[in-house]
Amino acid sequence: MLGKLLNTTGFTLSPLGDSAVVVTFGNEIKYDIHKKIKIFMELLEHEPFVGFVECVPAYTNLTVFYDPLVVFNEQKHNEAGISPYEVVCSNIKKKLQQIETNKKMTHRTVSIPVCYGGEYGPDLEYVARYNHLTTDEVIRIHASGEYLVYMIGFAPGFPFLGGLSEKIATPRRSSPRTTIPAGAVGIAGMQTGVYPISTPGGWQLIGQTPQTLFLPNENPPSLLQAGDIVKFYPISYEEYKEMKEERR
Amino acid sequence: MSLRVIKPGLLTTIQDLGRKGFQKHGVIVSGAMDTYSLRIANLLVGNQEGEAVLEVTLMGPTFKVEEDCVIAITGGDLSPTIDDRTVPMWRPIYVKKGAILRFGRCKSGCRAYLSVAGGYAISEVLGSKSTYLRGQMGGYKGRALQVDDVVPFNGHSTMLKHEWTESFLAAKWFVHAKEFLPSRIPVIRFLAGSQYEYFTNSSKLQFVDSLFKVSSQSDRMGYRISGPALELQHKRDILSEAVSNGSIQVPPDGNPIILLADRQTTGGYPKIAQVITTDLSLIGQLKPGESIQFSQVTLKEAEQLYIQKEQKLKQLKVALSLALQ
Repeated sequence: MLGKLLNTTGFTLSPLGDSAVVVTFGNEIKYDIHKKIKIFMELLEHEPFVGFVECVPAYTNLTVFYDPLVVFNEQKHNEAGISPYEVVCSNIKKKLQQIETNKKMTHRTVSIPVCYGGEYGPDLEYVARYNHLTTDEVIRIHASGEYLVYMIGFAPGFPFLGGLSEKIATPRRSSPRTTIPAGAVGIAGMQTGVYPISTPGGWQLIGQTPQTLFLPNENPPSLLQAGDIVKFYPISYEEYKEMKEERR
Repeated sequence: MSLRVIKPGLLTTIQDLGRKGFQKHGVIVSGAMDTYSLRIANLLVGNQEGEAVLEVTLMGPTFKVEEDCVIAITGGDLSPTIDDRTVPMWRPIYVKKGAILRFGRCKSGCRAYLSVAGGYAISEVLGSKSTYLRGQMGGYKGRALQVDDVVPFNGHSTMLKHEWTESFLAAKWFVHAKEFLPSRIPVIRFLAGSQYEYFTNSSKLQFVDSLFKVSSQSDRMGYRISGPALELQHKRDILSEAVSNGSIQVPPDGNPIILLADRQTTGGYPKIAQVITTDLSLIGQLKPGESIQFSQVTLKEAEQLYIQKEQKLKQLKVALSLALQ
């Protein structure tokens, strides 16, 4: 496995402007690729190179942000005509050789309560009709899945989840809503996710969680992180109200 | 020790160099739209260059200065006055308690930066004082300033025993700011974006040959610009991935969006270009309706431009520390 990753096609490096490098491990949504990204990210954060700022994982790649000036100042005594990008790439290549792909991954499981349908899931009936199912079947299928958090993005704490059943996959709404409340649980194609803060959006809303996903005064500020497993479980309207009240 | 808001202006927020290190949690970076003006505003009053300042947009606010202080105003010229007398920009200014600081007509640029010696006394959220409006976090209660807000600062009032009768006293020297502000039709330099090759050859040519106009739907999150509609060779989907300050995304309507300080952390539209770090501050000073032109550079050139500008700023820092002694 290690050998496979290290051959020349195992990764590609490309610049994102003058202060970030994208390390790409593949071109599809796949657990193996996610795993390499996660392992590499932890390695980098554990032993950052001089000038490292932060990194952002996505489905197929990891973007590494750096400060070109810090890299330049660190190197300029040694070499003339130094390119910070090249220095960072050579650091990253060295680090990539340390990846242990046979490393065992541990996944935290987070259960998220959802009040499905009614005023909280205005598109549940549409999702059912679109897939020739009853609303109860949609709920059962959605709540029986295990979803991997591939990445957090779009909004603070917003999880991009993989693993939605094809049986309930539904295209985005033709016209997006101008406001979606925080906690809304939605479906878009083969993706499902939860809106942590109120934003505009085009996903089909099937329910709402009383759980807070974005925690600006905590560190980490996001309930979920890339690599977590999410399970949804149905709660009643009354339970929703109660849990919401408790969290005040 | 504080500024009292008499009129809030269009959009006045606390900003610093941004909230770094939390993008993997989806936390938006934010920070000043024109970081050079922010850094110089701080250096002029003896602060650390990344200290938080007030970012004032287009239609400026009015403040009552409630304690003697030293301020500096940089960035766009929004006709600042104190007790109805014009205040010169890009230099330190002693201001007397009780003075009324007012921003007026926007003469140049789009955003002014107001620093105060000692910095604003605002607590950090996740390592930054920057306001992120959509997330209601950071800055002054997570929002833009409103009437009657009292913005506290860590003043030096006990050190200010100068005797003068006017409501303010400006230093006689100033920072020559020409190179930190956009020219009439600014040329914005860019690197090829991550999906540059996905675009048709004619779109790639149009991107550098045409003038683009900043749309009225532009804000701290991004500037929408209109010109010839840019097209992909084939319609294709892209998996969401990280974007950066200055990423130029092209949604299906073909009108580019330049992602800026309050950008989301990831995006799913193809990126035709990436504005070089050195030129981001120029964009932050553009108003809706103004035009821009793009010019491609290599990564090596972008890096050199960045390093040169930082070296100039370093020289300025030394000069200012001598002047302020």
